[in-house]
Amino acid sequence: MTMPNFTYIRPKSLKETFQHLSAGNARIHAGGTDLLGCLRDGVFTTEKVVSITRIDELKRVERLKDGSFRIGALTTITELANHPLIKERYPALAQAALEVASPQLRNQGTVGGNLCQKPRCWYYRGEFNCTRKGGARCFAILGENQYHCVLGGRGCYIVHPSDLAPVLMAYGASIEITGAGGTKKIPIDKLLVLPEQAITRETALAPDEVLTAVLLPPMAQGSRSSYRKVRARGSWDFALAGVALALRFYEGKVTSAKIVLSGAAPIPWRCPDSEKIITGQSLNDEIIARAAAAAMREARPMQYNEYKIELFKGLITEELAAYK
Amino acid sequence: MEEDQKENNGQRRKGISRRGFIQLVGAGAIATTLGDVSKSSPVEAAEAAEKGEMVHVSLQVNGRRHRFKVESRWTLLDVLREKLGLTGPKLGCGRGECGACTVLIDGQPRYACLTLALEAEGKAILTVEGLLRDDELGPVQKAFWDNDAMQCGYCTPGQIMAAEGMLRVNPNPSLDEIRKGMSGNLCRCGSYAHIFKAVEQAAKLKQTV
Ligand SMILES: Cc1cc2nc3c(=O)[nH]c(=O)nc-3n(C[C@H](O)[C@H](O)[C@H](O)COP(=O)(O)OP(=O)(O)OC[C@H]3O[C@@H](n4cnc5c(N)ncnc54)[C@H](O)[C@@H]3O)c2cc1C
Ligand code: FES
Ligand code: FES
Repeated sequence: MTMPNFTYIRPKSLKETFQHLSAGNARIHAGGTDLLGCLRDGVFTTEKVVSITRIDELKRVERLKDGSFRIGALTTITELANHPLIKERYPALAQAALEVASPQLRNQGTVGGNLCQKPRCWYYRGEFNCTRKGGARCFAILGENQYHCVLGGRGCYIVHPSDLAPVLMAYGASIEITGAGGTKKIPIDKLLVLPEQAITRETALAPDEVLTAVLLPPMAQGSRSSYRKVRARGSWDFALAGVALALRFYEGKVTSAKIVLSGAAPIPWRCPDSEKIITGQSLNDEIIARAAAAAMREARPMQYNEYKIELFKGLITEELAAYK
Repeated sequence: MEEDQKENNGQRRKGISRRGFIQLVGAGAIATTLGDVSKSSPVEAAEAAEKGEMVHVSLQVNGRRHRFKVESRWTLLDVLREKLGLTGPKLGCGRGECGACTVLIDGQPRYACLTLALEAEGKAILTVEGLLRDDELGPVQKAFWDNDAMQCGYCTPGQIMAAEGMLRVNPNPSLDEIRKGMSGNLCRCGSYAHIFKAVEQAAKLKQTV
């Protein structure tokens, strides 16, 4: 399919960007790796493409006075993976960045674009007028659903495609959003929305708002973290199942825990019950097995994705065992 | 149109020896150039294009600056092939999945099929044609040739550029690093074993020349 026509504009400032976005029917272009694919495949249409690639203030990674980090939205995924301080302090994030797509896509794709990318459900990407496109049916329910969600689906059964989002959620990151009215900060849990909240959108961003930065809180003493992704092949691929862990230990006991799954649900999926089970404990096989089972207690598989339940249990078990 | 293009390439390849094909993928471009980059002044990048409007773009490709008109929706791959006659970069999937269109942009491997021509303005673009040293193959091209690292050759220019980009960052990759570094390039003919050997040799060759 050829690329449809669009008006293109590349403003130098955020102020100008908001003007173009608020005129309506416009899409932001960062690295373009997801946007251009969607336009070419007719997943959505747009009158105008507003490229933010000239706005240099979005390209910085900064360490703030309180020890937190501010990652500009246009930081590429390669830059994130290679940043010495990110590697040292937020190893799971650097690890996840290296697991994203292919070298070429990491060189071009940005952190902001990764968080705002469209889902990969083949019905949504194909010529199906599904619920996410405003249609009446989710074709995955009776169709080929081996890569679809086992948790959090309602009316639409996508999984969130990002490898960065689950890790950012485990680290308790916030998102800086800027619009004509000013800048606000929200937890990343509030950025990504479930189908039951808004079935045709993946984020809480208004059409004239720009995700300007990701904010990482300082890492506390005794923190450890990791990200593990399972995919169907060694070459580039989206997660079948993944788990981001951010645990804090004091004298051998877990004092706080975040467990977030990728490939499980339409948003990165927190496992609060599992987190409670391991908090206050020193990790042993029995505790770990209980935590893994709890993570999947609410899971509702479809015809072809039941394998994910055992896969997640095994993955969580192996990953937690590495912290023993 | 895209289908036609593939078919034409297929026909052209028939009856050409492998050696001839290498020359074909490595052939220099014939296009209107504005001369060496060093001699021309930088041109301010286009900031806007109306739907369907043709606007000027100035691209620095293989060390020379070219100026021509494009539509906003044209990709870098479209203009390299259609405007500059550089047929090294290939259209495979057009959606970032195969790597046949890989070129270096400011030294980094990227997909030309997912890069708008207007977004490439002001950046240094290198295609497989730009790796030739006069009439000789560059080290990575030579390593692919020596190791028979292709069958049909459709993916080869992209593979070579991915290898070139990786070796610039990591001149001594392990086999595992080579596999990961080349993972954005698929080969329908399954020449991977030879491709990985070629990249190992290319790393050595690059250090001696
Ligand atoms: C073949 C392939 C494999 C992939 N594999 C993986 C994978 O394994 N893991 C993974 O995590 N990702 C994967 N991806 C997705 C890839 O990481 C994203 O395409 C990329 O991160 C998007 O970044 P971008 O800057 O190119 O975004 P763009 O394409 O420019 O934008 C993507 C979307 O976000 C919006 N947007 C972009 N920036 C902003 C902003 N600052 N504020 C508000 N909205 C914005 C755009 O309007 C658009 O809708 C894959 C993609 C492809 C094509
Ligand atoms: S043609 Fe660009 S990645 Fe396949
Ligand atoms: S040699 Fe035929 S696709 Fe790679």
